[in-house]
Parts: sequence; structure tokens; C-alpha cells
Amino acid sequence: MANYTEDQLAQDLKNQEYKFGFTTDIKSDKAPKGLTEDIIKLISSKKQEPEWLLQNRLKAFKIWKSMENPNWAHVKFTEPKFQDISYYAAPKQSKKYESWEDVEPEMKETMKKLGISLEEQKRITGTNVAVDFVMDSVSVATSFQSKLKELGIIFCSFSEAVKEHPNLVKRYMGSVVPPSDNFYAALNSAVFTDGSFCYIPKGVKCPMELSTYFRINEGETGQFERTLVIADEDSYVSYLEGCTAPQRDENQLHAAVVELIAMENAEIKYSTVQNWYPGDKNGLGGIFNFVTKRGLCEKNSKISWTQVETGSAVTWKYPSCILKGDNSIGEFYSVAVTNNFQQADTGTKMIHLGKNTKSTIISKGISAGKSNNSYRGLVQIHKNAKNARNFSQCDSLLMSDECGAHTFPYIECKNKNAKIEHEATTSKIGEDQIFYCLQRGITEEKAISLIVNGYCKEILNKLPMEFAVEAQKLLTISLEGSVG
Amino acid sequence: MIEIKNLHAKIEGKEILKGLSLNVNKGEIHAIMGPNGSGKSTFASILAGKEEYDVTNGSIVFCGEDLLELSTEERAWAGLFLAFQYPIEIPGVSNINFLKTAINEKREKNGHEPITAKDYMNLVREKSKLVELNAKLTSRSVNEGFSGGEKKRNEIFQMAMLNPKLSILDETDSGLDIDALRIVANGVNKLKNENNATIVITHYQRLLDYIVPDFVHVLMDGRIVKSGDKDLALKLEKNGYDWIKKENDI
Repeated sequence: MANYTEDQLAQDLKNQEYKFGFTTDIKSDKAPKGLTEDIIKLISSKKQEPEWLLQNRLKAFKIWKSMENPNWAHVKFTEPKFQDISYYAAPKQSKKYESWEDVEPEMKETMKKLGISLEEQKRITGTNVAVDFVMDSVSVATSFQSKLKELGIIFCSFSEAVKEHPNLVKRYMGSVVPPSDNFYAALNSAVFTDGSFCYIPKGVKCPMELSTYFRINEGETGQFERTLVIADEDSYVSYLEGCTAPQRDENQLHAAVVELIAMENAEIKYSTVQNWYPGDKNGLGGIFNFVTKRGLCEKNSKISWTQVETGSAVTWKYPSCILKGDNSIGEFYSVAVTNNFQQADTGTKMIHLGKNTKSTIISKGISAGKSNNSYRGLVQIHKNAKNARNFSQCDSLLMSDECGAHTFPYIECKNKNAKIEHEATTSKIGEDQIFYCLQRGITEEKAISLIVNGYCKEILNKLPMEFAVEAQKLLTISLEGSVG
Repeated sequence: MIEIKNLHAKIEGKEILKGLSLNVNKGEIHAIMGPNGSGKSTFASILAGKEEYDVTNGSIVFCGEDLLELSTEERAWAGLFLAFQYPIEIPGVSNINFLKTAINEKREKNGHEPITAKDYMNLVREKSKLVELNAKLTSRSVNEGFSGGEKKRNEIFQMAMLNPKLSILDETDSGLDIDALRIVANGVNKLKNENNATIVITHYQRLLDYIVPDFVHVLMDGRIVKSGDKDLALKLEKNGYDWIKKENDI
């Protein structure tokens, strides 16, 4: 993907409809629709889970039943019919693949279409990304495991972690996002089926990007994955996730939970390129993306969230940092694009607990068509957070007369020494800018791509190289034909 | 090079050009002068292909092609360049990347491979020297935070990079101090050769001390009402436009 050329871009532009809208014809093991204690027990037994985990699930289910779907976000949608969803779907090769050779051809083809061919990666030496592939809730293949093992790094599916490293999972799962946190976190805690797990031991700098690729394939299912990243003292890891789904007329639910733990002096960089199916031009179908992401920072540690959100019919997510340790740093860099009838309500929470804690928020929203794009952020400085610093910048770019951009910044400050800055701008993509490009012989598609990528440059620069190229391409495709 | 016959154009129902005719041959520099509101900038915009204007009558043939049939970018590919009166800022897009995209779009159109990084950088070095453009400006975002003079110089730099057949300079002298004016004019003069042509649109004779035109035209009330050599510009500077108005009954 690093060798992505202008030609390919041109080709992609021609094919401006959602490019990942295919389904893979593969046999699937799917639970009956609906959510009951029995279904949760079924999921747990299918995954041969220990008793404590089943009990956790049932507890979460109880909490969920007592909660209501939140309605404070600036989005409108019909509440998912939770009893019409199947909570478990797995490609029917229930055994974990022992090696790449065991993976079915259809599955390999899917990965290839998604541009994450592990096969290719194996061939090209010097590739710097280890991939965990999660399709319909189940982790399918994880590459580079043995190489990582030499360094003591654990990178595997969540289910595998439950079996192989139960103590780590038991200790940290739910420690940053407890089931009672919110409606969808509770739901996820009850029914999650798989996800990724990562542990970086003390003093280890992970030499390659770790990446999880999420894919919804089956219809009438939801995807509920769980990611847990633990960076032990003095360690470093850069983690990526990408997401796609087939084109369907129904709305599908994706409710994930991501927990990050950065111990003393550790650094976690977490990047997301989210391209779930956004629905068609008339707003039919698309993924409901309701995700809870949060990281905990111990002393002198740093967590940096970078996200490029182009997909989903409705997005509701706020990757956050709890700056518990003194001198810890939280960062949030985001580009959210909405087109047609998409709605996004996204932002971050920076909770300053420790002294000298620092946070930076840079959010770039791009709205086109009839879409709505909101930034919602909370900067909270607690009493003991002496010398806490925050800088927030929220920019909105409007591409049409019918779209909306909204900013909801919340600031709660209980320490007099804190310093908080907030900047916001709203601009419209100029016909003048486009005319200027055209006059220089740059076609309209390229012009929009240039202008939008220029606008997002600060954020795209934070992404690892391979992802930055893909993200640029996505931005262009998502906004094709949207100037008006 | 370009043959404009009886051009009529409207914007929002109002007729701005009322029968403009002009011939420009290879190797020539033409100056177009005229009072405010005479249609000078409209003329430049129509040549470049801005959509707000409605061409209601007349024809423009550019290098044997019907210019009015071409889109804005096709005109650029055919070798038409407009130096903007108010150059546009594009935040986050480096000058270098912007021009490389422009060059490669044209090359692709003509079935050529993209320019190599080495050739491109050499070109940048050579052409930025021509307009005495600070190397730092070439890597900054397009026109963002540029001073008025830097913006105009950047227009001439882009012109040098794209090597057009016909360049239209729309009030390039406005807002320039005398040093910047000299540098911009020098750039234009150095780029001049037997195979290209330039149309200089200006308010003031001052610029024509540096860019010496072969022909000077007076645009008034949407038409060319008087043409002459560079002495006409001097006469206008001295006597204003009133005598031409009288001559033409405007």
C-alpha cells in the first residue's frame, strides 16, 4: 500500500461507491437472534471460557438491562432492535488456524481485497506491521507472532489471551472501562466475542506496528470486539486498527470497547482508520459505530489517540485519557468526515488527575452532503492537578449548504494553576480554491483531495506511513463529488 | 496564438463585455489598460474559464482550438495561464506538492510518465532563482501567510514552472513596491520567447516601464476602443481616459 500510485487513485475515484461493500461467501456459525442469559452462556461455552469470565458477562448483562440507550449525543437514529441481532457469528472454521496455509482461499481473498494480504507481507521482508484479522467477532489470523514472542511481546486474539494469559486479562479487563460505564460498554462486556490483546513487557520498544483489522461479514449480526493494550513500564508500542463492512440495507451495530494501560514512562500510540459502511446516498443502511475507548496514564507516561473516521452511518465515540500519574500526557488527533446522511458525534475526554499533566486536542471535522458532524469534548482538571495544561483546537470544514458542523466543548476546572486554551474555526471549502487549482491544470477530484488533505495534514502526519496513504485515499473517496 | 472575435459576456444578467476583439501572435506582449469597471478582470476570468460568466456571443480560438469548448483545466493543459490578481491560499498544501500535481496532471493528459523527483527538484531550483523566490517559500503552503509581494512573485514562479504558451497577468503590479515590481517584471521578461505570448492587464503605466509591450489596448465599456504602441500608455498616464471617452462617445 506504500506504493500507491496516482493511477490507482484515479481508478479508485472512478469507483467512488463504497469499495469494501462485498461479502465473502464463507460458511458461518451464527447464534440465534436475541439476547438472553442463555445466549451469553452459549457464547461463553463456544469460546470455552473460564467461569469468572462468564460471571463477569452475566453481571454486565444485568447492568445493561437496567440502563437506557443514551440520547444526549447530537445524532438521530432508530434504536437498534437488540433482540433482532445475532450476538455470535464466526467463520465456520472453528479451529484456530495453525499456519497461514490452513486459511481458506475465500478468506485469503477477502484479506487481499482489503489490502492486507498476509501472504504478501510474508514475502516482502522489512514489512513493519504485524496484523491480527478479526472477521465477524472472531480473530482469524495473527501474523509475526513468533518474532514478537522473542521480545516477550504478547500480541494475539482476545480469546487466546483469556486462555494463555488469564491473569493479565482478569486484572486489567474492565479496569479502565467498567461495564457500568455506559450502555454500550455494558452491552459489549456482556456479549463481546473476540478482539485483540497486546502486552509489551518492561523496557521493550515494540519494533513494528501492531495492527488489527476488523471486518463485519455476516448480515443481521453485530460486532462486539474488545481490545486491551497494556504497555508495561518504560515500554513503547504503536497500534493500528482498520475497519470495513459489506454494503447492506439494514443498520448493523458495532459496539466495541478499547482499553489502554500505560504504566510508568510507557508510551502508547493508538491509530484508527474507521471505514465501516456509511450507508447509501439516501441514508439507507450503514453501521452504527458506538465505541468506548479509554486509556489510563500512570506517571510520566503518554497516550496518543489518532483517528481518521470516514465510515459508519452514525458514529458515537470519544477516545479518552485518564491522566492519573504526574507528568503524564494525553493527546487526541482526529479527522472525522461525514457525507450524505452520515452523522458523527465524536471527540475526547481528558481527565487531569496528576500534577503537571498535559493534554492536546486537535479535531478536524469535514461535513458534506446533508450530514452532521459534531465535536464533543471534555477537559476536566481535578483539584490536585497542579499545573495541568490543555490545548484544544477544533476546526470544521463545510462542503455544502445543507450540512452541519457543531462544537460542544466542556471544561471543568478545579485547580487555579491550570491553563486551558481553546481555539475553534469554521470554514467553507472555497470555489475560489478549486478554480485556482483548475486553472493550474489540476482536475476537480485532485483539487478536493489536495485541499482536504492539506486541511487534515496535521493529523495525517501523526499516522504511520502505511496508514497515512490509505487515510488520504479514503478522504478523497469519501468526499468525491461533494462540493456544492 | 489567440484570436478573440466580438466577445459578449454577461454575469447575473448584466452585460460586461460588449463585442471585444483582440489578436495576439506568438512572441508578442499586449497590454490592456482601462478605467475601473471596464471589464478587464472579467476578460481575464473568461479566458481562464470561470463559470459564473455567460458568453453570449463571439468566439475565441486558442492555438487552433475553440477555447470556449474547453473546461478550465483543459485550457490550462493547452497552455493558458492566469496570474491571479488575488492569489488564493491553500492551507496545508505545499507549493512544491501543488505544482508537482499540476505538472503531472498535464503530463498524464499527454501520455507522459510523471516527472522524476530529481528532474522536478532541478526545475524548482532553476525557476525559483528566476523570480528570486526564497527556497523556503517553495516548501511553504500555497500562498498561506505570504506577503502581497510574495504572492505575486509566487504567481510568476508558478508560471515559470508550468511554461505556458499564453500568460495573462491580471493586475500583477497591484500592491507591489518598486523592488517587487522590478523582480516580477524581470521574471516575466526572462520567460518571454518567440513561441509564447503575454497579455498584461494593468491600471498603471508604471509596470510597462519594466515589461515593454508591443501593443497597448484600451478597454472601455466592454470593448477595445483604442490600440497603439507603448506611447499610448504614456499618453494615458498623462491625460487620463476622458479624451478617449469623448472620441468614442461613451
